[in-house]
Amino acid sequence: MSNYSIVSLIRNAFSHHEHWGRAWRDPAPKPAYDVVIIGGGGHGLATAYYLAKEHGITNVAVLEKGWLGGGNTGRNTTILRSNYLWDESAALYEKSLQLYEGLSQDLNYNTMVSQRGVLNLAHNLHDVRESVRRVNALRLNGIDSEWLTREQVKEFCPAINIAPDVRYPIMGGTLQRRGGTARHDAVAWGFARAASARGVDIIQNCEVTGLRRVGGKVVGVETSRGYIQAGKVGVVAAGHSSVVAGMADLRLPLESHPLQALVSEPIKPVLDCVVMSNAVHVYVSQSDKGELVIGAGIDSYNSYAQRGSFHVIEHQIGPLLELFPIFSRLRLLRHWAGIVDTCPDASPIISKTPVENLFINCGWGTGGFKATPGSGWVFAHTIARNEPHVLNAPFSLDRFTSGYLIDEHGAAAVAH
Amino acid sequence: MSNSHRTASGGRIDRTRSVTFTFNGKSYQGCAGDTLASALLANGVHLVARSFKYHRPRGILSAGSEEPSALIQLERGGHTEPNLRATQIELYEGLSAASQNAWPNVNFDVGAVNGLLSKIFVAGFYYKTFMHPQSLWMKLYEPLIRHAAGLGKAPKEPDPDRYDKMHVHCDVLVVGAGPAGLTAALAAARTGARVILADEQNELGGSLLTSGETVDGLPAASWIAKIEAELAACPEIRVLRRTTAAGYYDHNHLTLTERRTDHLPRGAAPHLSRQRLWNVRAKRVVLATGGHERPLVFADNDRPGIMLAGAVRTYVNRYGVTPGKRAVLLTNNDSAYAAALDMQAAGIAIAAIVDVRTAVNGPLAAKARAAGITVLENRAVVATEGGKRLTSVDVMPLAADGGGVVGMARTSIACDLLAMSGGWNPAVHLYSQSTGKLRYDEAAACFVPHKATQALHCAGTCNGRFALPDCLAEGVAAGTEAAREAGFTADAPLPVPRAEADAEEPLRPLWVVPSTQLVGRGSGKHFVDFQNDVTAADVLLASREGYQSVEHLKRYTTMGMGTDQGKTSNVNALAILAQSLSAPIPQVGTTTFRPPYTPVVFGALAGRDVGELADPARVTPMHRWHVENGAVFEDVGQWKRPWYFPRAGESMHDAVNRECRAVRNGVGVLDASTLGKIDIQGPDAAILLNRMYTNAWSKLDVGRCRYGVMCKEEGMVIDDGVTTRLGPNHFLMTTTTSNAAKVLDWLEEYLQTEWPDLRVHLTSVTEHWSTASIAGPKARDVVAALAPDLDLSADAFPFMAMKEAVVAGVPARIFRISFTGELSYEINVPAYHGLRLWTEIMKAGAPHGVTPYGTETMHVLRAEKGYIIVGQETDGTVTPQDLGMDWIVSKQKADFVGKRSFTRQDTSRADRKQLVGLLTQDPTMVLPEGAQITAQAGGTVPIPMLGYVTSSYWSETMGRSIALALIAGGSRMIGQTVHAPLADKNVACAVVKPVFYDPEGVRLHG
Ligand SMILES: Cc1cc2nc3c(=O)[nH]c(=O)nc-3n(C[C@H](O)[C@H](O)[C@H](O)COP(=O)(O)OP(=O)(O)OC[C@H]3O[C@@H](n4cnc5c(N)ncnc54)[C@H](O)[C@@H]3O)c2cc1C
Repeated sequence: MSNYSIVSLIRNAFSHHEHWGRAWRDPAPKPAYDVVIIGGGGHGLATAYYLAKEHGITNVAVLEKGWLGGGNTGRNTTILRSNYLWDESAALYEKSLQLYEGLSQDLNYNTMVSQRGVLNLAHNLHDVRESVRRVNALRLNGIDSEWLTREQVKEFCPAINIAPDVRYPIMGGTLQRRGGTARHDAVAWGFARAASARGVDIIQNCEVTGLRRVGGKVVGVETSRGYIQAGKVGVVAAGHSSVVAGMADLRLPLESHPLQALVSEPIKPVLDCVVMSNAVHVYVSQSDKGELVIGAGIDSYNSYAQRGSFHVIEHQIGPLLELFPIFSRLRLLRHWAGIVDTCPDASPIISKTPVENLFINCGWGTGGFKATPGSGWVFAHTIARNEPHVLNAPFSLDRFTSGYLIDEHGAAAVAH
Repeated sequence: MSNSHRTASGGRIDRTRSVTFTFNGKSYQGCAGDTLASALLANGVHLVARSFKYHRPRGILSAGSEEPSALIQLERGGHTEPNLRATQIELYEGLSAASQNAWPNVNFDVGAVNGLLSKIFVAGFYYKTFMHPQSLWMKLYEPLIRHAAGLGKAPKEPDPDRYDKMHVHCDVLVVGAGPAGLTAALAAARTGARVILADEQNELGGSLLTSGETVDGLPAASWIAKIEAELAACPEIRVLRRTTAAGYYDHNHLTLTERRTDHLPRGAAPHLSRQRLWNVRAKRVVLATGGHERPLVFADNDRPGIMLAGAVRTYVNRYGVTPGKRAVLLTNNDSAYAAALDMQAAGIAIAAIVDVRTAVNGPLAAKARAAGITVLENRAVVATEGGKRLTSVDVMPLAADGGGVVGMARTSIACDLLAMSGGWNPAVHLYSQSTGKLRYDEAAACFVPHKATQALHCAGTCNGRFALPDCLAEGVAAGTEAAREAGFTADAPLPVPRAEADAEEPLRPLWVVPSTQLVGRGSGKHFVDFQNDVTAADVLLASREGYQSVEHLKRYTTMGMGTDQGKTSNVNALAILAQSLSAPIPQVGTTTFRPPYTPVVFGALAGRDVGELADPARVTPMHRWHVENGAVFEDVGQWKRPWYFPRAGESMHDAVNRECRAVRNGVGVLDASTLGKIDIQGPDAAILLNRMYTNAWSKLDVGRCRYGVMCKEEGMVIDDGVTTRLGPNHFLMTTTTSNAAKVLDWLEEYLQTEWPDLRVHLTSVTEHWSTASIAGPKARDVVAALAPDLDLSADAFPFMAMKEAVVAGVPARIFRISFTGELSYEINVPAYHGLRLWTEIMKAGAPHGVTPYGTETMHVLRAEKGYIIVGQETDGTVTPQDLGMDWIVSKQKADFVGKRSFTRQDTSRADRKQLVGLLTQDPTMVLPEGAQITAQAGGTVPIPMLGYVTSSYWSETMGRSIALALIAGGSRMIGQTVHAPLADKNVACAVVKPVFYDPEGVRLHG
């Protein structure tokens, strides 16, 4: 694999860029692997990468039914943050944010991690109370977070409207300066390239259609490209996790819903941070390309079709214009949906399963992009060692039996 | 009016009405009926923009909504809008437009240095660099990228316009009013079906406005006028001009955006909303959206003066504009010949038609030759010259396979206009949004609709039919069929209008027109996506690097991701990708077209849901009194609730202390109307309550009240409130203010999905009743004055009882319940009488000093009593037991929602977070709500946390601060000291029981 750098770019310019190799190899599937990962989204690719890098397990295949990153990885609004309320979540997402901080260099692929700050707005006394609670908890957990007054919000984000005479005036907000965004496709591609370089086979257009079991153990996967034997199988199929788990008669406490997002036409920089508001339900940032990237609410019905209802988009814009009246004449360029896998407690499942050799990483719902490296890192550990890392131990499947839920619903953060 | 590039006559413009406008600060004249693009071209202006990445000079490529290059910033101040396509802006008096993404100006743009680095700035280069040193990414590299990116500028002021929405049903929606759409609409409308015909242009006619062909023996314009008149005579037709079908969703739901004032001077029609967003649900849809011409991909195909041939024809015929004096045409199909003939007729000298096909002998070519036009067969344009305007092109003969050129000799042809045609793509965007499947048509080299998945028909060019007679016939057929499917037939079906077309020779797809050097070598750039500066070399690079899925290609190169969504580039890029993979085009796939078809103004999406109407503000019938008496309000859900009632000169602290004293020592009154109220009736009402609340309800006597706590399945508290038995089968439940709707949904969900056998009906009566809560030792005196006939003695009307009585002349329900710990009566009257009740209370209470109090005082008083507030003491992770309310969880009941969870390992842990009281060592120190609690003072992060402060106040009653907190194992820590480590200091506190005031409840029962 050739190294990426300004030097290699210049060198290749002289040969008209005709000598660049593939970013990742395109091998035919082998008959057997030590580990098969189902799902070539960011989480699956990260898992494969860290299996190879941290655990020396390189006889690994990532099977993707479509194109890499074509699921939620390539559809999300790319918000990164670790300002979660509960200790368990904070530790996991913080691990991920830390991995993001050095990811471009680690992968030798510019994932455009942009720590321009995430602002969570408070619009009522309840919001204020919950915000202060979160800031305090984060501080004691050693994670950066601060409370901004209304005026400080305006100073940090000049485009925002802090007028008191709007329907839900801004009362202040919390700021995580280390939060921000990353380029979603680059995260998938960077992991794919780096994993491939370490020997991982990345196989696109390969749909898993069955899990073969012998004596209660998974021994391989049936795919659209034939049977593949597997020592262990990791399911990282996001919105389709229940479908894949169902192939091993495993029922998961997940619901799949459409979640929509949209972008505006590109404009010159006007918004230099991520703004999120729970009460008014908005989350918005401006991409490096200049588009405003806006997340909509979840569609309330269950679906596997990657489209949502238009009224959800319509209803998203009123609140956006509440916070940013100057965006009214800008235009919607594209909207789309992904299928998110939501758990009853809005926290993920990263776990062994009752089926031997079958591991599952799902339930990231509306907010797993920020967790991509961390999720892969702990899941690789779980698969390699047959036991969870301390960071993901609380996120096991048996919490739905024990009641040890990590409920981030009430925790005042929009879960993106 | 004279323009340098105007024909002497003809076109759809009104030459008698000249329109003055400015572009880049310079004043020009155009005609009514011009677009900004046609007016600029009429003035000889081609250079209007700079490209996104390399800042190359760019002109006007097309004449419609597919325009990738000519993006401009329209107007200034609050009216300004970025990224508008000059080809779609209708000229109006005083219009002011400017180029964007160029500094200092479009003629001299410093950003053009990027062009020098273009050898490095290839597709995806930024993924390969800007990584070292790491710290420079945020400080230097990314700011540079951000600064360079983006096109136009956002307004700095709020939008002066307003927007509306329409919701309509129809039998047949026809999108596009070209020959196919017009005939479809008329055929359908003649059946009596409700028909909507929408077209994005200002006038009907579509391609006929360009081609001017004869239909039914009439010139195009007359035929269009005749059809319009016939349409207008139909009973159920609605014709929407300047209306774009933007999105096609499930169940034949389409969105249309209608521009009502954009063609008028700004502010000229203040009575009109600027745009309307139509949500249309159609029984049948006819898509007659026409097609887009494809550019050819050749070296330096992007100079100002290089245009689509069909567009040039449009400018000539429709706008009376000659975009050049001397033109070359480059084509791979016959349609350019028709353009050449019209151009020549308009006075443009045709230097040559360069045709990549080996031999061209069709009737159109014959006409061109007969008109004296030179046709250069089997040739290619291999280079173009001219910085800000095309000056010449170089032509060479093609090798037999079209893969290269022959020899080294070039012929240079001087010209200021190059009109190109790479064939046509049906505009299948909406069809594709509808999830219809496409098929690749080898002969026409384009994707055409194949298998529809929704109730729709495609007609005309949208369906892959390019000749006028076919479009007319398909329009009639589709309109007739759509109406029939919707249940309508015509007495006199529409005959297919007559028209003729020249037979066309096959097209030769030559996806990259070769040059003397391989693509990517040399200095020439073969642009595929003009807006995002994606070249053929970029496509090949992406393919080489493994970004071979169409989606990867788009994302890696940004091809098709611009504001035009790749209308002119997608198929070319796909074909080049397929070539690089030696795969047939259909195997490589097509891209998904995401809505909207063209960008939609956010304001139109929001409609009226902005400003005050962003969300309804709910107020109680007493609201006016509160406003008049200086209340400060708090938003609680959608409700405006009085927070406190400051008197002149009082701080919030003063006011709340005064209100608290009044309730504890005299009497206060709270507007409690916002609490949710659910009327529950039916023989199984008590069973429902038994199953939804944790405690038992069967034995509650009529006229008695009981407090209940509701949990989710996992055992966590979600709501609480008092429910009263009004009759054997009749209860009134109260919920918290913000959860009223959620609780009703929750009960309904259970009734409808789990227990449909229960005979219970639920009705929200929140807004049927107004509630005033009179609390304090003197409450009884006030109520007695208002309801003199009622026996208020504790025996006759005990705590947790309800009586019906006439209060202040109004029939009322009085509940003797308390959220303050004082003797208290909640008086409910029909909402209509709410204000009267309130004023009567104030009158009757005056002798007792009745004091209105707000939610803040309510919070303080209830906290003194240790009463919880759901959402404050709970956050979805708190059980009734955690709140010290074991007593409310029935041990006897067979089942209720949440029960099974209380025995789960984690839910039954003894060291769960439990509700306690906290007293700061310094009694004047009021802890911040949300402060975390630790066992030790100080330490290094991460510091283990025991819990947090849920509520914290200055208690005037206790003369000190009080707080409630949820603390791990808290119920066994009473008496111990814990710490609240704040950002600036540590606060030590004693853990106490969570009841600070009147623990025995003497006052309540008095
Ligand atoms: C609109 C939207 C906005 C969001 N915004 C944010 C945000 O701002 N911040 C944030 O942190 N998170 C956000 N998220 C959530 C985030 O995108 C996801 O949690 C995360 O990307 C999930 O990554 P993944 O790799 O698990 O899933 P995916 O990327 O979905 O990968 C799963 C892959 O499995 C494949 N697959 C499924 N079944 C099979 C099979 N049988 N065989 C083979 N392959 C299969 C799929 O094709 C898919 O590629 C958002 C999500 C959406 C939809």
